[in-house]
Amino acid sequence: MNKKQINNILIWFSAIILIILIMTPGLWVVLTAFRPQVDVMAKPAVWIPRNLNLIQFETMLFGGSEGSMGRSPIPVLSYLRNSLIISFTSTFIAVLVGTIGGYGFARHNFKHKNKYFLLIMLTRTIPGISLSLPIFIIFSKIGLIDTHIGIILVFVALNIPFTIWLTDGFFRQIPRAMSEVAMTDGCTKLQAFWHIELPLSRSGIASAGIFAFLISWNEYALVSNLARSTDSKTLTVGLMDFTAQFTINWPGMCALAVFIIIPALILTFMVQKHLVTGLTFGGVKG
Amino acid sequence: MAKVSLQGVSKFYGKVQAVKKIDLEIINKEFLVLVGPSGCGKSSSLRMIAGLEEIDEGIIKIGDKEMNNLEPRERNVSMVFQNYALYPHMTVEENLGFSLKIAGLAKNEIEERVHEAAGILDITEFLQRKPSQLSGGQRQRVAMGRAIVRRPDVFLFDEPLSNLDAKLRNQMRTEIKRLHQKVSTTIVYVTHDQVEAMTLADRIVIMKDGIIEQIGTPLDLFERPATKFVATFIGSPSMNMIKASIVKQNNELSMKTNDGIIVPVPKDKQNSVIEGQNISFGFRAEDIVPLKFGQKPSSAWEMQSSVNLAEPLGTETLIFTNFGEIEIVSRMFTPEQVKSNDVLDFALNLDRTYLFDENSGLAI
Repeated sequence: MNKKQINNILIWFSAIILIILIMTPGLWVVLTAFRPQVDVMAKPAVWIPRNLNLIQFETMLFGGSEGSMGRSPIPVLSYLRNSLIISFTSTFIAVLVGTIGGYGFARHNFKHKNKYFLLIMLTRTIPGISLSLPIFIIFSKIGLIDTHIGIILVFVALNIPFTIWLTDGFFRQIPRAMSEVAMTDGCTKLQAFWHIELPLSRSGIASAGIFAFLISWNEYALVSNLARSTDSKTLTVGLMDFTAQFTINWPGMCALAVFIIIPALILTFMVQKHLVTGLTFGGVKG
Repeated sequence: MAKVSLQGVSKFYGKVQAVKKIDLEIINKEFLVLVGPSGCGKSSSLRMIAGLEEIDEGIIKIGDKEMNNLEPRERNVSMVFQNYALYPHMTVEENLGFSLKIAGLAKNEIEERVHEAAGILDITEFLQRKPSQLSGGQRQRVAMGRAIVRRPDVFLFDEPLSNLDAKLRNQMRTEIKRLHQKVSTTIVYVTHDQVEAMTLADRIVIMKDGIIEQIGTPLDLFERPATKFVATFIGSPSMNMIKASIVKQNNELSMKTNDGIIVPVPKDKQNSVIEGQNISFGFRAEDIVPLKFGQKPSSAWEMQSSVNLAEPLGTETLIFTNFGEIEIVSRMFTPEQVKSNDVLDFALNLDRTYLFDENSGLAI
């Protein structure tokens, strides 16, 4: 064996260990979702599942059947509806506003532009959870607690800076001559943006959109404070419904977790191409 | 088709004045080339005509209509950019037809005009391709096609050939000239390459530091440069230029170089200079030739010098030699072998020696 082969083996070995480290918790969640509570709680741990079933999913989606745990089914469909409404709406608004902002920063010069940009980015240095109390107080005064609008507003605010940053980079990458040619070709500034610059930066906008969606879809801490009831609780917050005073329904919770992961995975795969170009463009051509 | 006129036009970038109150009349159907080193204001001028830059001072008219407050799309100009700026997400056909689509033309008319333009530029076979599937030359053609399809009043070219390799550049240069003959529309063409300017232009505008140094036909500029800058800028190799002061010798005015070499002032310039004046005198490479291998000019001044370097180019040989301390270049049309360190007698044609005032830079 020469040096190169040893190197390769080492690289593969470390990669596999890393993957195991990353994958195990996720895999455990998925497995738990299909296992009976006894298996999950067994000591010493049962690593290889002995029997798998779909009881948790049945309970979750269609209300409990005989023999399942957790007699009062959790209103998963309401949570799903809330999650979908909140994630899609907030993503749409954040991408719309963020893209316009990114375009503005990329294409226009105005006084203190760099300072504004920095300021917007600085908002991301504040941990989201530290905002939960002020947001809670403000929202309770203006009646936005436990509403879709309230949570959407929070996510929009969280996601806009990132969207601006990402799309700004994309618009910068498009030669100015492109929109200038469009303008001599008879376009207004808006038409040039719509016909030329927007389609050319769709990878960036798509990846910004995916990130915004995933952040909204997966967020737990802030929403858990702002959502009180089925009116606005999202799926992630719904996870806590599986904890009772003395017991935690681990398989049920994991089943819901799987249910949460699936749409995010599907979405990510669907737009994977854009995501890859979206995240690597900086390295390919500056 | 229209004339273009610039009246006292200025452009500021912050405190820097890139274009300084220039006046320029571009005749209908003329091929006008703006040439100059980078930063001379030529591109800014072009972009002001296009409407892509604000006009900070002065008036620009196309035809008889003032353009100052009109958007680019309202000016009926077409621009071809250095980096082509083809729309990468559209096919060649869509690229060509885009402006017509925006203008709201009927589908069949768009198709007709796109095919007509594609025919002129010989790109019909690429119509269904994306720009990324084209070579540099083909892209350039598409960019030109996109410009002509609109039938604009004025074509604006912003260094369209500088991204191409030398061979393709020559080929496209010829095609641009041919295109101008076919569509006969006013063209304003910006380049930093004096060869492009000389070969393409009906008239050349030479700019430097935001002002126009000289306007004229290519031969005008070559034969009668108005300033020292124009003299060195036009022509390849660059005109040899030597600093000197005027001294009186044997009742005749002469030019004394910093190295003490004394050359008589050409007869027709004797009355235009005064003793003590600081000047530069310039002569082109073909006007100083080795006596052995060339014809002796009627009004010659001779010197002996050794060859530093010779570049045989086939029809001609460039000989680098010293004039005092300054290296000059001589062009010899005789196919003779000249080697480094050969000592040759050179004859300078005084009738074709240009004098420039050192302070103003103006021709004497």
